[in-house]
Amino acid sequence: LAPWVPVVGLEIHAQISSNSKLFSGSQVQFAAPPNSLVSFFDASLPGTLPVLNKRCVEAAVMTGLALNCSINKKSLFDRKHYFYADLPAGYQITQQRVPIAVNGSLSYSLCIDNKMSQMVTKTVRIKQIQLEQDSGKSLHDDTRSQTLVDLNRAGVGLMEVVMEPDMCCGEEAAAAVRELQLILQTLGSSQAVMAEGQLRVDANVSVHLPGEPYGVRTEVKNINSIRFLAKAVDYEIQRQIEELENGGTILNETRAFDSKLGCTIPMRDKEGKQDYRFMPEPNLPPLILYDAKSLPANMNHQQVINIDWIHERLPDLPSVKREKLVEQYGILPEHSFTLLNEDGLAEFFENVVKKTQMKPKKVIGWILQDLLGYLKQHSLSVKESPVSSFVMADLLNLLENKEISSTAAKQVLAELWKGEGKTPLEIVKEQKLQLLQDQKELEQICQAVIDERENE
Amino acid sequence: QKVSVEVLDHLEHLALVDFRDSEGVERLQKAIQFADQLHEVNTDGVEPMDSVLEDRCLYLRADDVTEGNCTKELLENAKEKVEEYFVAPPGNIPLPKLEERETFLQGS
Repeated sequence: LAPWVPVVGLEIHAQISSNSKLFSGSQVQFAAPPNSLVSFFDASLPGTLPVLNKRCVEAAVMTGLALNCSINKKSLFDRKHYFYADLPAGYQITQQRVPIAVNGSLSYSLCIDNKMSQMVTKTVRIKQIQLEQDSGKSLHDDTRSQTLVDLNRAGVGLMEVVMEPDMCCGEEAAAAVRELQLILQTLGSSQAVMAEGQLRVDANVSVHLPGEPYGVRTEVKNINSIRFLAKAVDYEIQRQIEELENGGTILNETRAFDSKLGCTIPMRDKEGKQDYRFMPEPNLPPLILYDAKSLPANMNHQQVINIDWIHERLPDLPSVKREKLVEQYGILPEHSFTLLNEDGLAEFFENVVKKTQMKPKKVIGWILQDLLGYLKQHSLSVKESPVSSFVMADLLNLLENKEISSTAAKQVLAELWKGEGKTPLEIVKEQKLQLLQDQKELEQICQAVIDERENE
Repeated sequence: QKVSVEVLDHLEHLALVDFRDSEGVERLQKAIQFADQLHEVNTDGVEPMDSVLEDRCLYLRADDVTEGNCTKELLENAKEKVEEYFVAPPGNIPLPKLEERETFLQGS
């Protein structure tokens, strides 16, 4: 079998978390009545003009800084032209020539051989981040041969993050996107929930033989979850290898991932290579950003975006949070990954540690195995846990004070999951799980058992 | 230097214009010639200007909800609607190929 080298790049669109849209004052909200969150500008009515939303620019700067990018103090807006029913203007305002941020990097971790204890760190280069408008939504009604268009999403701010083709398989792509998702959620620049379309990923996949130039690439769209991203990428790599091994060629085309069939299929409606006829957006002057040195003296501060000011206020990124957890609590690096991977779990852990005398290194087992195990089994989020961090801490204290055994503790926990409002102590008393500490009492019991045996 | 039929066909596809007759094409040729005069200026070492607004301040709006909620008004413009959705054809209907559509470009 030839040693094919797969090459994977990603284009990720993250919806900016803001109250209003990128260039208009209509609201950004998921699932509202159709066409209720649409301004005249969003509908592309004549005479309307774009007005840039400051919050969207700040979100893009934060994200660029978190991804180690150079922030372009001067960036430009362009028009990208194509016809589609959910793009009323016939063009999208984007940043093709000079985007807001360039040349960054993202580090992510992978488990070798599915063993969490062997983690390796990889890096993917970030080519650029650009601000652009989202399009409206098309609902295809094949029975009536028509498309219904809802413009609520038209004009919502997006950050397009372009990752260079430094990845080689579905697992790497998935891990990189997961880390990006955590970063965006930590920054608050995007809620990045894939299921709500706040994070959309397109994969660019090609294969080549070592020493030879990159092969023809295909673009894979319609990937709705991180799990499907890994599947789609791996399927496409395999498909291309098989095609080439059989003497075929790869077409430079766009393919859609079919999650039911687990394969990629060519997308209809994509006729050949598109010519977007990029041109500068004539209604928007260049976007100028400042830092501490270049801050203008006489400007209204609401009109000024200071990159250094934003930098100083960046929260701890996931990688830093993990290091701190390991250092502060003496847990293993892989534990810190799991803690951050579940929304609210790290907080839960820290709350329990605060309220219990049990050492964090022991607490972590209860959190990652017992608590998380139960939550996963019942598809619950940490927020939905019937056992709160207070109750958990109470239970662990009983164990730590040797009032119950660890077997008994698990039994109590099983009872606590029912969420009937009983405290751990109440359950221990009900089920008579207390450990006997009294030496005399223990001697009496042992003696009684021995006596009974003798009598038989 | 004439514009080729391939380019004219490509433009009709991209921009959905219809050159309609030789006069339309002639107008295009004249427009290109007019713009080509720009090449006579030596612009070596000069940073391109793409907008007369380049030294204006780009106004930054505060992130407040100030518009929207005008479904009825927007749908007044719609030829067809279904329960407050705009109605469009099932997908892009591409312009038929040169050989298959009625255009004077065919004869050229």
